[in-house]
Amino acid sequence: MRERFASGFDPFVIPFVLGMVFVLSYCLFGMIRILVQLPKADRRKFLLSLVTPKTLLKDIKDIFLNCLIHVKLWKRNPVLGYMHSSIAFGWFMIILLGHLEVMLFLPERIHLFYYPIFFNYFVAETETTLQGAVLFFLMDFFLLMILSGIVLAIIKRVRSRIVGMRRTTNPSFLDRVGLYSLWAIFPLRLLCESFTAHISGGSFLTLPMNWIFRQFLGNELNALPTWWAYSIALGVFMTVLPFTRYMHIPSEMLLIPLRNAGLHILHPRKGFARVQFYSCPGCGVCIDACPMSVRKENLKDCTVYLNRQLRRGNEKRIEEISDKCLMCGKCTAVCQVGVQGPELRLAQRTMRNYGVNPHYSDIDPERFRVEGGSAKVLYFAGCMTHLTPGIGKSVRSLLDKAGVPFKMMDPEGGLCCGRPMMMAGRKEQTRELIRLNTDIIRNSGCTTLLLSCPICYRIFKERYSLDGIRIVHHSVFFDELIKQGKLSVQHNDSLRLAYHDPCELGRGCGIYDEPRSAVSSVAELLEAGKNREESICCGGSLGSLSLNFEKRKDITLASLKNLCVEDPDGIVTACPLCQSTFSNYSDIPVQDIAQVLDNASS
Amino acid sequence: MDFGFSLSPSSAVNLDNTDMSLYERLCEREPGAKTCMACGSCSATCTVSAINGMSVRKVILGLQRGQFRDVEKMLSRCMLCGKCTMVCPRGINTRHLILELCRLYGSKEGEL
Repeated sequence: MRERFASGFDPFVIPFVLGMVFVLSYCLFGMIRILVQLPKADRRKFLLSLVTPKTLLKDIKDIFLNCLIHVKLWKRNPVLGYMHSSIAFGWFMIILLGHLEVMLFLPERIHLFYYPIFFNYFVAETETTLQGAVLFFLMDFFLLMILSGIVLAIIKRVRSRIVGMRRTTNPSFLDRVGLYSLWAIFPLRLLCESFTAHISGGSFLTLPMNWIFRQFLGNELNALPTWWAYSIALGVFMTVLPFTRYMHIPSEMLLIPLRNAGLHILHPRKGFARVQFYSCPGCGVCIDACPMSVRKENLKDCTVYLNRQLRRGNEKRIEEISDKCLMCGKCTAVCQVGVQGPELRLAQRTMRNYGVNPHYSDIDPERFRVEGGSAKVLYFAGCMTHLTPGIGKSVRSLLDKAGVPFKMMDPEGGLCCGRPMMMAGRKEQTRELIRLNTDIIRNSGCTTLLLSCPICYRIFKERYSLDGIRIVHHSVFFDELIKQGKLSVQHNDSLRLAYHDPCELGRGCGIYDEPRSAVSSVAELLEAGKNREESICCGGSLGSLSLNFEKRKDITLASLKNLCVEDPDGIVTACPLCQSTFSNYSDIPVQDIAQVLDNASS
Repeated sequence: MDFGFSLSPSSAVNLDNTDMSLYERLCEREPGAKTCMACGSCSATCTVSAINGMSVRKVILGLQRGQFRDVEKMLSRCMLCGKCTMVCPRGINTRHLILELCRLYGSKEGEL
């Protein structure tokens, strides 16, 4: 290899250099800004995680697997997985191999950062070596891989259904500029490498193309303009990148270490939240996933549009979207990047100013003193179970049948657990309720806290500090009693029940198997069309502040339809709120797991 | 002159003297407020009604009668548990109603 130009420079590299300098400095300043915005404790946590070998290794592994290979996407949709990893990994390899070529053949030019990108223009092949042949082969191979990805991307843009997506987002104007320049980069690279392949050398792709072009195009005349076009396409892409959805590429590389450091969203615009909404690739997987999407007018209320509005700073829409969400968490469950849509909304809700701020300081916990002697199991029915008394009755009956001594925390109604307040973004009120309930529970001397409502269960698990007290949902508790033989149930072979995963119990607390095991001990268990992590919210969620009764109806109906795909005799769930919501519209009986078990036990 | 009995002062609220602006602003933000038929399902289920007599029905009535301090007192113990929303036969989004009212209090727009 020798250099064709002593200066090692040609004006055509300028667009690329400008674009690259711009995007790198933009990302650097953005990163510094975000780190400055982080609360001090979080920043410390993050920096510490970078010097801890274990988290650092995890960061590198996650970045490699998610940003380059797109493992999560492969699992979800192999076609989209291939499309993304071929472009991302292929491009990465071309850049890496480009640097390798320079280091190998012209090490004195490695300090010119445009050199590895435009290597083939600047060099002439003097002799064929094995190293060179292998490198050129790999370069062509990865270029072909990227081009196959680009073809898929174009097909996807024209017909998203072919790659298995029902709905996708409408790209904004700059998104389109970014998209088309990205599409242009790789065919242009193929063309310009082909035009110079007889000078610089090439492999199975570029050499034959060079030969074909020579027959009728005359390579020398076309070479320089095509290299210009290639450089301009790169420059345009780099320049618009920060203002398009392609910002997710650099942003995700910061999101992964921040997430691995264990950070939480505290402010809806600053720090971690900012990285989250810039990491949104705008793919629109959450549109199909969102339970509200059954209503056409709510299509633009899902997380991908929240992220877009957060980037644009459209306050009115941000408020609207934040209030409407059911907080079921399904968008996070399906998100390839892991953007926490509900947490972003929750942070937005905490920013509000209220003229009336409830306080519970004058409520005397003694008023709710637990009676019932030395029983170690404390049963907290919660607000929702009080409204569905059948569930509470069944739980008490089952406890009696199993011979478990228990006492009631709220026989005549108690205090709220605080989760509804928390989801409304009212932190101080939540803290006060937690403190009051903690007092009552501690004073009762229990060792197990039994709960019927997953809404309560989640906040008790996540926010209460009740060390030494086991917090358990009744579906798990009864499943254990059945397995231990303390509760005898009759299996009814002719009964076919579909199980609905409540959002707060499933996605919220990761409990999927125990309720299923309990149901299958009394009846044949059927699955819903979408289940477990992708179960569809019943529509009754307390998470939504502004969605009213009539609008929730369509969500409930869609969720019921999803539950009835296997034509069950009845629906069983583990949440009093789901039970009550479904009962309003269901043609078949909807029961709580406790009621089903109670009917089948003796 | 002492008749051995006296007339107690009227407790009726003169609706003409009531400032309805807060109620009207609430209705703009949560139109469901207008559909309340004062059935009292919310009062019957309320978690805090035993503690301070909170009831969405009374909140809506109080606003129409200008009893703003009483309303504020009731709001100040609400735990947003959502039982009233679940039982409301008119499907009023009572939690939204309460939150919006809490915001209106003290805001410029809802100034009393």
